[in-house]
Amino acid sequence: MEKRIRILVAKPGLDGHDRGAKVVAQALRDAGMEVIYTGLHQTVDQIVNTAIQEDVDVIGLSIMSGAHLPICEKLLKEMKKKKIDDIMVVVGGVIPKRDIPKLQKIGIEGIFPGGTPFAESIRWIKEHVKTTIEV
Amino acid sequence: MGVAKYIKNEKDEVQDVTLQSGIHIKPIYTKKDLEEIGFDPEKDLAPPGEYPFTRGIHPLGYRSREWTTRQYTGFGTPRETNERFKLMISHGQTGLNVAFDLPTQMGLDSDDPLAEGEVGRVGMAVDSLRDFEVAFQGIPLDRIGAGLTINAVASIMLAMFQATAEKYGFKKDRMNATPQNDILKEMIGRGAWIFPVKPAVRLIGDTIEYSMKELPRTNPVSVCGYHIRESGCSPVQEIAYAFQIANAYIEEVLKRGHHIDDFVRGFTFNLNVFGNLWEQVAKFRAARKLWAINLKERYGAKDNRSLLLRGIFGGGGYGMTKAQPENNIIRGAYYALAAALGGGQTTALCSFDEAYTIPTPRAALLSLRTFQILMEEIGLRDTVDPLAGSYFIETLTKQMEQKIVEEMKKIDEMGGMIKAVETGYVQKEVARQAYEFEKGVQKGELIKVGVNKYTEGEEMEVELHEYRQESVKEQTQRLQEVKRERDNRKVVQLLKDLEIAVRAEKNVMPYLLECCKAYTTVGEMTKVFKEVFGEFKEPSIF
Repeated sequence: MEKRIRILVAKPGLDGHDRGAKVVAQALRDAGMEVIYTGLHQTVDQIVNTAIQEDVDVIGLSIMSGAHLPICEKLLKEMKKKKIDDIMVVVGGVIPKRDIPKLQKIGIEGIFPGGTPFAESIRWIKEHVKTTIEV
Repeated sequence: MGVAKYIKNEKDEVQDVTLQSGIHIKPIYTKKDLEEIGFDPEKDLAPPGEYPFTRGIHPLGYRSREWTTRQYTGFGTPRETNERFKLMISHGQTGLNVAFDLPTQMGLDSDDPLAEGEVGRVGMAVDSLRDFEVAFQGIPLDRIGAGLTINAVASIMLAMFQATAEKYGFKKDRMNATPQNDILKEMIGRGAWIFPVKPAVRLIGDTIEYSMKELPRTNPVSVCGYHIRESGCSPVQEIAYAFQIANAYIEEVLKRGHHIDDFVRGFTFNLNVFGNLWEQVAKFRAARKLWAINLKERYGAKDNRSLLLRGIFGGGGYGMTKAQPENNIIRGAYYALAAALGGGQTTALCSFDEAYTIPTPRAALLSLRTFQILMEEIGLRDTVDPLAGSYFIETLTKQMEQKIVEEMKKIDEMGGMIKAVETGYVQKEVARQAYEFEKGVQKGELIKVGVNKYTEGEEMEVELHEYRQESVKEQTQRLQEVKRERDNRKVVQLLKDLEIAVRAEKNVMPYLLECCKAYTTVGEMTKVFKEVFGEFKEPSIF
């Protein structure tokens, strides 16, 4: 039996616009994933620690303020420092097209700008996450 | 986005229309509909300017006074923002609506590690009075009113605005500020909260009480159904929740022993305009009537001026799309039309590029021109409440009214808005509807032009506002300068005085004013509040 994907939906930084995060969290849950939502105003440290404690497969960041590049860089650096290599990071929110290659370059694997159909991001996550077989 | 659900038959005829508020629209309305819903022209429709104000709060509407235009403006440093204010005013804008960056909204100074990456990004950075001096330099603050989109630290920003106005020689009884100052809606929808519910509401009470005594032309609260609607609720709930939030603030002031007629005139509303045109217009008309009834019947207001729902009707952010962004110019024009037909006193519009980032000057000016065309070219100043008496609009207004009353009752039964927010009831309700709505769009049940229909055509490039990294450096340098030049011993003493006042539950406004005048920073004042109050914990809604 395939393990259920555990995903941390996280709102990093100071921005409080959480409609997107909450909508996506509900969609991921309806798609059979186990969703943990951090709530607002999370620092990168808090997000990484929650991800470790909750033993998630994926961190999904929701960023609307335009600060996606500095926040993602910081998060990946922190994960590297803590030697975490089995958690995938995806990001959604207000992401201009021109920033997509920049995000990919720093190592963000899945990028879902506002308006991405649920089915598309769910399929992407299911295809890319490294699920293990439960014995 | 907020469009209605349409059911069509095989001949592509519209069979049924359901508004987001759950009301079905009929193909034809007649006198019979008015009779069935119990429409009473005497009770429901007094002339404009008379109770219950369904038709408007002024006898002559826009004939006597055009609406105030206030585009949401602010980015980077106070200097850059001041230039943009002046540009907008030189093009005929008649008020200001100040956007603050997220660190400022969260009570953090620009050099705080938590502010990294956010300084000056979605609004202007404000650390101390020096920044307000720069931002409002050369603006006639007795003539141009300023909306301040600030909530958790609104008390601080109101004090800072007063200090600025006085410094530039404007008397405090002439200055006209409208801090947003609605923390309950931040907890429901916009997320810029800091302190727990009760002390946060207490601070709002302080600003209302202080304005009542010291700042007669200031509107200390702008209750925002706007952001709750942006977060997913229906237009009916937008009004019901806004009124119940307002009632929570009213009760905070009443318990201090003041009479409703002494302070409630300072309340204004910020309401949204996207969605079905008719639903919006009926919403505004029903809201005006219910607000008057709420004040009169629930709180015993006697002064007619207490009963007026004044507000900024505008924005429409959630209706705007990233796809085919130029369509947003057209949407904006219709949203502004809804605001005008609804009789708003003030307006603002999200610009066509705001689904991407904050607006360029070109986009902001297009929004301003939209208002000017409506008022000066198209005929929206001609007559008051032009849709009054329509079988359809009057029926819909009554239906909206009944539904708003039902929603308000749900909150009453829960023990009021503070309880409904602390338990997460409203947040859950809003998130659920946001999800349902998005599913409707993705399934194609709710049509969004350019998003799920008529998506052909090439993707267009939009000119985008550029975030200047140098702004951060300029801002933190000015902060350091201020800290070097001010009387630091005095600042320490004033912060101590503030803390004593907060602990003694005194009105904090006079203490904040002194702190601001001595160039105490927003971060320093907020820290005092945080130490005494602690921080809000979001109720878990999943």
